[in-house]
Parts: sequence; structure tokens; C-alpha cells
Amino acid sequence: METFLTLAWVIAGVLFISSLRGLAHQETARRGNGYGVAGMVIGIAAILLSGVAENLVPLVGALVIGATVGGVMAQRVAMTAMPEMVAILHSFVGLAAVLVGLAAYLDPPQGHAGMAHSIEIWIDVLIGAITFTGSIIAFFKLRGTMSGRPLLLPGRHALNLLVFLASLALCVPFVMAEGTAGLPFLLIMTVLAGLQGIHLVAAIGGADMPVVVSMLNSYSGWTASAAGFMLNNNLLIITGALVGSSGAILSYIMCKAMNRSLVSVIFGGFGAAPVASSGPAQVPEGEVVATSIEELAAEINESREVIIVPGYGMAVARAQHAVRQLVDVLKAKGIRTRFAIHPVAGRLPGHMNVLLAEASVPYDIVMEMDEINEDFPKTDVVLVIGANDIVNPSAQTDPSSPIAGMPVLEVWKAKRTVVLKRSRASGYAGVDNPLFYHENTRMLFADAKDGMEKLVAKLQG
Amino acid sequence: MRVCIPRESHPGERRVAASPESIKKLISLGFSVSVQRGAGTQACYTDEAFAAAGAEIVDDPWSIADLILKVRPPQLRQDGVHEADLLNEGSRLISFYWPAKNGELTDRLKARNITAFGMDQVPRISRAQKMDALSSMANISGYRAVVEAAAHFGSFFCGQMTAAGKVAPAKVLIIGAGVAGLAALGAAKGMGAIVRAFDTRAAVRDQIKSLGGEFLEVKIEEDGEGGGGYAKEMSPAFIAAEMELFRQQAREVDIVITTALIPGRPAPKLWLRDMVELMKPGSVIVDLAAESGGNCDVTLADQVVVHQGVIVLGPTDLPSQLATTASQLYAQNLVHFLTDLGGAEFKIDFANEVTRGSIITHAGEVLWPPPKVAAPVASAQAAKPAEIVAAKPAATPAKSGGHGGGAPGKPSGSASVAPLTWISVAVLAIAWLALRGGDSSGALQFAQQLTIFALSCFVGFQVIWSVAPALHTPLMSVTNAISGIIVVGGILHLKGDLTNPAALLALGAVLFATINIGGGFLVTRRMLRMFRRD
Repeated sequence: METFLTLAWVIAGVLFISSLRGLAHQETARRGNGYGVAGMVIGIAAILLSGVAENLVPLVGALVIGATVGGVMAQRVAMTAMPEMVAILHSFVGLAAVLVGLAAYLDPPQGHAGMAHSIEIWIDVLIGAITFTGSIIAFFKLRGTMSGRPLLLPGRHALNLLVFLASLALCVPFVMAEGTAGLPFLLIMTVLAGLQGIHLVAAIGGADMPVVVSMLNSYSGWTASAAGFMLNNNLLIITGALVGSSGAILSYIMCKAMNRSLVSVIFGGFGAAPVASSGPAQVPEGEVVATSIEELAAEINESREVIIVPGYGMAVARAQHAVRQLVDVLKAKGIRTRFAIHPVAGRLPGHMNVLLAEASVPYDIVMEMDEINEDFPKTDVVLVIGANDIVNPSAQTDPSSPIAGMPVLEVWKAKRTVVLKRSRASGYAGVDNPLFYHENTRMLFADAKDGMEKLVAKLQG
Repeated sequence: MRVCIPRESHPGERRVAASPESIKKLISLGFSVSVQRGAGTQACYTDEAFAAAGAEIVDDPWSIADLILKVRPPQLRQDGVHEADLLNEGSRLISFYWPAKNGELTDRLKARNITAFGMDQVPRISRAQKMDALSSMANISGYRAVVEAAAHFGSFFCGQMTAAGKVAPAKVLIIGAGVAGLAALGAAKGMGAIVRAFDTRAAVRDQIKSLGGEFLEVKIEEDGEGGGGYAKEMSPAFIAAEMELFRQQAREVDIVITTALIPGRPAPKLWLRDMVELMKPGSVIVDLAAESGGNCDVTLADQVVVHQGVIVLGPTDLPSQLATTASQLYAQNLVHFLTDLGGAEFKIDFANEVTRGSIITHAGEVLWPPPKVAAPVASAQAAKPAEIVAAKPAATPAKSGGHGGGAPGKPSGSASVAPLTWISVAVLAIAWLALRGGDSSGALQFAQQLTIFALSCFVGFQVIWSVAPALHTPLMSVTNAISGIIVVGGILHLKGDLTNPAALLALGAVLFATINIGGGFLVTRRMLRMFRRD
């Protein structure tokens, strides 16, 4: 029976790897998802059939209820709310890991007790609890229930260290305790880790959520891996390692794209509006020139190349469908239209791509930053919709800027850049944007959706 | 304020510092305008046309002028009078100036208390583009260089297939893709030639390509951006590679047009004697840097040299050859410049970057060269290494920017190693504890698990790097679903009576993990179905 299970684990593990492999390209992505489902079905079916499982009725009941709840959530969620969905799913993994860890402590397996097992439980529960509460806070922040502003407690780094040391100290009596006598220590540590998770994510600003979400993704993987060690289960180890590395890479990419170090993300406190920022920031010269729908429509009619740069503002205004209509109109007029996506546009890695896909924008005109950044100089009109920091030239020109060094879309190199914005407020980084003062830039002050619809009407009329 | 436009006295100079349109604009700016009789004849502007635009035609413009507009700097006339001595005390002058080599003129103007501006000194900032007379003239030179080359070249530019046989298209190499180089590129391309261009500044690659040219590259990473639209001097290794490239091109191309200038220095020697000798007889070289000593070893300014069958031209008066257009553009530059000074108010405001940059003398003082206050602009005028270094950081973030988002697709060493080391350190620590705590079979089992873990991490890193950034959201939801495999842990502990706390906890774990599995896979499916191709 052990052999049968081990074989099943290998097959499931290979299927999971193929699943991630499939996601490399749009063409194979759906097959990838299918591999994942197959791996999961094989994994669960194997353990159900192997006879290891007991209490089949409540077990199957829980499986059915859980799958139904998850399915309903998946059907109902709006594409703009995808970041929240991902965050809450992370919290479930964290919670499950904590529960499994506690269960494993109360119900020790034969022949594998001892110090190593206790330490594995301890690690599993620690990461699980941080993931659980951190994800819940991320969920509330992304939903807007909680303010996006970072919570900056005085001496927060010392506080983090203190809590961590306390958890470490609790590990000693916990490991030494006989039988299940260490339970109180484990529970206290769980609470402490939970508080730490809350604090870590609360200290991170709304604009940095892409990094946080992918960090939590990574944590949820490591926690599954820790559970695998704890339970001597290779499938959990493999899967956890896959998910953990996936999240780590995503975080790394996001950090790179925002020019921040991973360390500062883990310990939080960044993404705040720069409080008395370093050095005198360059004050942009020139003036902001506003434009009108009519003028923009006339300019677009005379252009051959248009690039659209969407940002979080497009998601907030739910303007993606109006933008798709614009693309259709432009295409009918024979104007080459493409999208330029910055890695951290939106609140989740790849968020913009999903929104545009939802609006049936074909993915072959949706370009990554590196694919399209060189094309701006020969573009007639660039339309920036609800984006700010990702198109801010001071990242390249002003070393004292808080976003200095962050890679940005070089929209100011186009012949005409039109920025669609609700108001003149600065972006999340709190940096004034010299782009708005650039001589080729025109501002269109309007709601993204409303503005796009009017523009489409004007272009058709 | 009376603006006077005298006839140019330099032999062969056909341009004039006004056009009928510019005179109308000057009048609307509040100036009264006088033009010397016959000043525009060579540029095909008649005195009648100037008069019709509102100018007064005079015989002696110098004595009545508050402001003189000229093309060339004041110089010694053939009748032995120096034009600088004709300027009224305390009056004003705007012309091309070349202050670095006209020190003596500066002394004269200073002594006469003249306020003088050099149009060649207008800083190359975007606001001042409309006053950039150098670019106006360079544009003309570039075009005209191609026309000159065509006139001396013994074949078509455009390849032809005739009944009598095939004629290959001319191959043109342009060295230095500044304003003149790009204008030459456009003109040569328009005539049907195959055009290649070389420049040390990587930034002009797109401009070259956008005009239909081929960008030649040296396989050495070094950006020659020296600020202000000029290139800096390159390292010896780069120059060696560059020379190698040129020798190879010399055997192939029919026409070479060189435009390389370094401000305030003799032109760099780029096309050496042996390269000229490598070229086919009948090939043409047009050296636009002849006035500053030439880019080609063989060049003689304003002469046609035939060296081993290769025709080498060193024209210095190309803008003057297109006198009408050159005058019209220059006159427009002057109007914009005067508008910037506030028209007839003629405000000398040293806070104005353009004014400060271009002023040479004022109130008996020499104000050139301007202080290098605004770093990115000032470096335009000075090609000293220090300034070049200062100008470089601007380019570097852009470059690293390209890398940031470019991480996916290439498992770059530094990227994956850092977390990997971090993980392995943590893993080793656990291993040590486990080995000490566990019995020997437990330790072996642990070692095996560790192997699996490390391999999985590695596979994970490899696989994830290749995921398209557009699919990062689906990737997250899929990994989310997969991490629901922790359900297995729940199932394994769902043992015994359900009143057993361990079993209850395990049941909870199963429930939550399954939500994850169902939700994650379904939402991924929903997302992926939306991605479509056209």
C-alpha cells in the first residue's frame, strides 16, 4: 500500500510540475490547469482508495462542501476583485496548515516522534499562522475595508524581532515537553505568529500589494512543504517547494519592477508616502495642458500607431470594456493599437492582463514593458489610463525621487502622450509626475470609463 | 528698436539673416526693420519682397542699427573695414559666433560695449529646439551632402533592372547620425540607395531604423552619449573595433558621408588614408567636418581631392548652397530667439537658460562660456570626461529598467541564487537538528526528504521563470489551488472518533484546503478561457 501511494505521489508531483510548465504560454495554459486538476484528483483519490483514510463519510462531506464553496466563490468573483480572491485563498492554506500542525501534535505518528518532529510542527504552524492572518489583512486592504495606508507602529522592527525571539524561546519548552504537554506553548506561539502576520502586512502600503500577495503565495508554499516534512509526505514537500519558489520568484520580479529590496518587503513599512523625502526633489517646470475629448479624437484620427498604458485607475473605474471598444474602433480605422503593461500595474502580478482578457482584448496586442518600451518614440499617441508612477520619468532623471531607478514605461518619448486621470493627485508613491508637465503631454481629466465611452462615441461619430 | 540686416560680406556666402515672413513677424514683435540693399539677392529674396513685408531698404544698415542680425560672425571685409567696428557703441548683435575660435572678435565687441549673442551657443534643450539654428543648418548640410555625392558619383543611387542589364544600387555609409547624418540618411534612402549608418550613441539606433537605415554596430558595450546631442570620445579598444568595422565597410560601400564633430575640438579622424585606398575607384567621400579639420585624412576644405580614384569632397558652405531655405529657416530661428527675449523689450534675463547660454558679451564683460549650472544641459557644451560621467547615470537606470521586467524567461544567476542560498542555509540548520534528534532510520528518511525538497525547489525555479508575465495572475491562482494539497495532511490525521480533537482539527483542515482547491482551479479556468488570440 505504501508503494502504491508513493507511486501516486510521484505521478501527482509530475503533473503539478507540468501544470506550472504549461502556464509558460497562453497557448498551453489551459492544458496546464488541466494537469493541475488531474494531479490533485490523483493525489486525493489515491489516499481515499489506499485505505489509509478513515471516517469516509465526514471526509467526503467536507471535500464536497469545500469544493462547492470554492467553486461558488470562483464563479462569483469579479475580475477586478481577483487580488482579494487570491489573498483569501492564501489565508485558507495558512489556516489548513495550522490545523494540520495542531492535529499532528495531538496525534503523533508511530516511530517518528521526537525532537525533529516537534520542530517541524513548530515551523509548520509558525509559517501557517503568519500566512493566515497576513492574508486576511491583505484581503481587507485590497477590498478597501481597511485603509491602504501603512500602519507604522513606533519601533516596529524591534517589535518584530521581539515577537520572533519570543516564538523561538517558546520552542524550547515545547520541544522538551513530554507527550502533548507542550500544547500551551504551541498555542501561545500560534497566537504570537498570527499577531506578527497582522503586523507585517498592516505595515505595508496599498500600492505595494502585488509584492505582498506574491510573498504570501510563497509563504503558503513553504508552509505546505513544512507540513510535508512533518507528515513524511513527499507530495506535500514537492508541491510546497514548487509553490514556494513560484511565489518567491514573483516577489522578486515585483520587487525588481518597483526597485525595492525583498528584505524591506518582508519587514514591511515601505510604500508609505515619503515623509520628508530625502533631498530636495526636483520641482517639475512647465505647465499642465488639458485637452478635450474632441481634440484627442482628432489626434487619434490622424495617427497610425497608438499605445494604451492601463493602470490601477482602469481597474477601479471598470473601464476595460470601454477600452476594448476603443481598440475595436481604432482597428476598424486601420490604426495599429497595442497595450503596454508594466509589471506592477494593478494590485496583483499580471492583473492588467487578466482584466484586458476579460474584456476580450486579444493577448497578442498586449505587450510586456520590455517588448514595447523601445517603440514609444515612433508612436503617435500614447493613452495613459489611470496610471501614474509606472510612467513617471523622474524614476530615470531624478536621483532624489523615492522611485528613482524603478523601471518605467517611457511614454514621454511618444509624439503625443495623453494622460487620462480623474484629478491632479499624485500616485501612491506620493511623487509629483513631471510627465504631466512635459511639452508633448496633454491631460484629459475624466473618469476612465466615462472618458473612454465618450471617446469611442466621438471616434465613431 | 531698429533691427538691421546687412548683406553678408564673407566671400561665397549667399544666405541672409531674414526672409519676408520673418520681417513681418519681427514687426509684429515691435521692431522696426531695415534691410541693406541687395542683402537677399543671393538667396532669391528681392528688395521689393522685403519692402513689401514692411522693411525699409537702406544702403548703410550699420550706423542706424540698435540690433544687427547676421549669419556669419562680424569679420574683416575685403575693403579693409572690420564689421565689428561698424557696430554702434552699446548696440546688439545676434549671429553665428563660434566664440571658441573668435576670441579676437570678442575683445573688439567687449571694447565697444556690444551685447552679442551666438546662435551656435543656444543650449540644446527641448524648449530651445525652435531656436536651434545649428540643427537647421545641419539638416540642410546633410541633404546637400547627398546631392553633392550624387553629382560626383558615376552611377545611379537606385538599383535598376534595365533592358540593357542590371545596375546595382549604391551603398551609402553615414558616420555620425546627428541631425546632419539623419538628414543625409533620409535623402539617400529617398534616392533609392542602400544606407547604413554608424554612431557611437546607442540611442540613435531607433532613429536610424525609423528612417530605413541599417545600424552598424561595434561588438563592444560602450555608450558614446556625451550630452547635448553630441557623442563623446571613446575608449581605445572601442576605436580599434570601430576602425576594423570601417575597413570592412570601405571595401563594400560606394559613398561615405562623415558628420562626426566633438564640440570645441578638432574633428575626430575616422576615415583614414588606408580606408580611402581600400575603396573602389569612383567612390565618393563627403566630409561634412571639413571646417573643423575633417573626419577623413585626405580631406581638404572646399576642394575636390581625387585620391587613387576616390573623390573626396570637403564642402564647408553647404547651407549657403541652399541659400533660400537656409535663410528662411535661420530667420525663423532668429524670430523665435527674439520672441524668447521678449521681442522689442529685449530683456536680458540670466535666469533664462537660453539667454545665459548664448550670450557672449554684455555691458563690457565677456560672459562666455556660461557657468555649468544645470548639469544635464551644461554638459552639452563641454565634452570633458567629468561631464560625460555626470551624464551617464541618466542612461543607466533606463538600461537596468530593461532588465528588471526582463527577468522572466532567463534564469539569471543572481536572481535565483539568492533565495536558493537562503533556503539551503535554513535547510541545513534543520538537517543538523534532525540528525541529532532522530534515530538513524529517521535521519536517513529526513535526508531523502531533504533531497526531494531541494530538487523540487530547483525545478520550481526553473519552471516558474519561463512563465509569461501576462499569466502571473493565473499562475498565482493555480499555485494556490495546488498548495491545497495540504488536504492530504488533513486526511491522514482524520482518524479515530470525531470527538477526538485531532480528528476535528483535521476535518477543518480538509474543509479549508478543499475550498482552496476548488476555488483556485475554477477561477484559473475562468481566467484562462478569457485569454484569446485574434
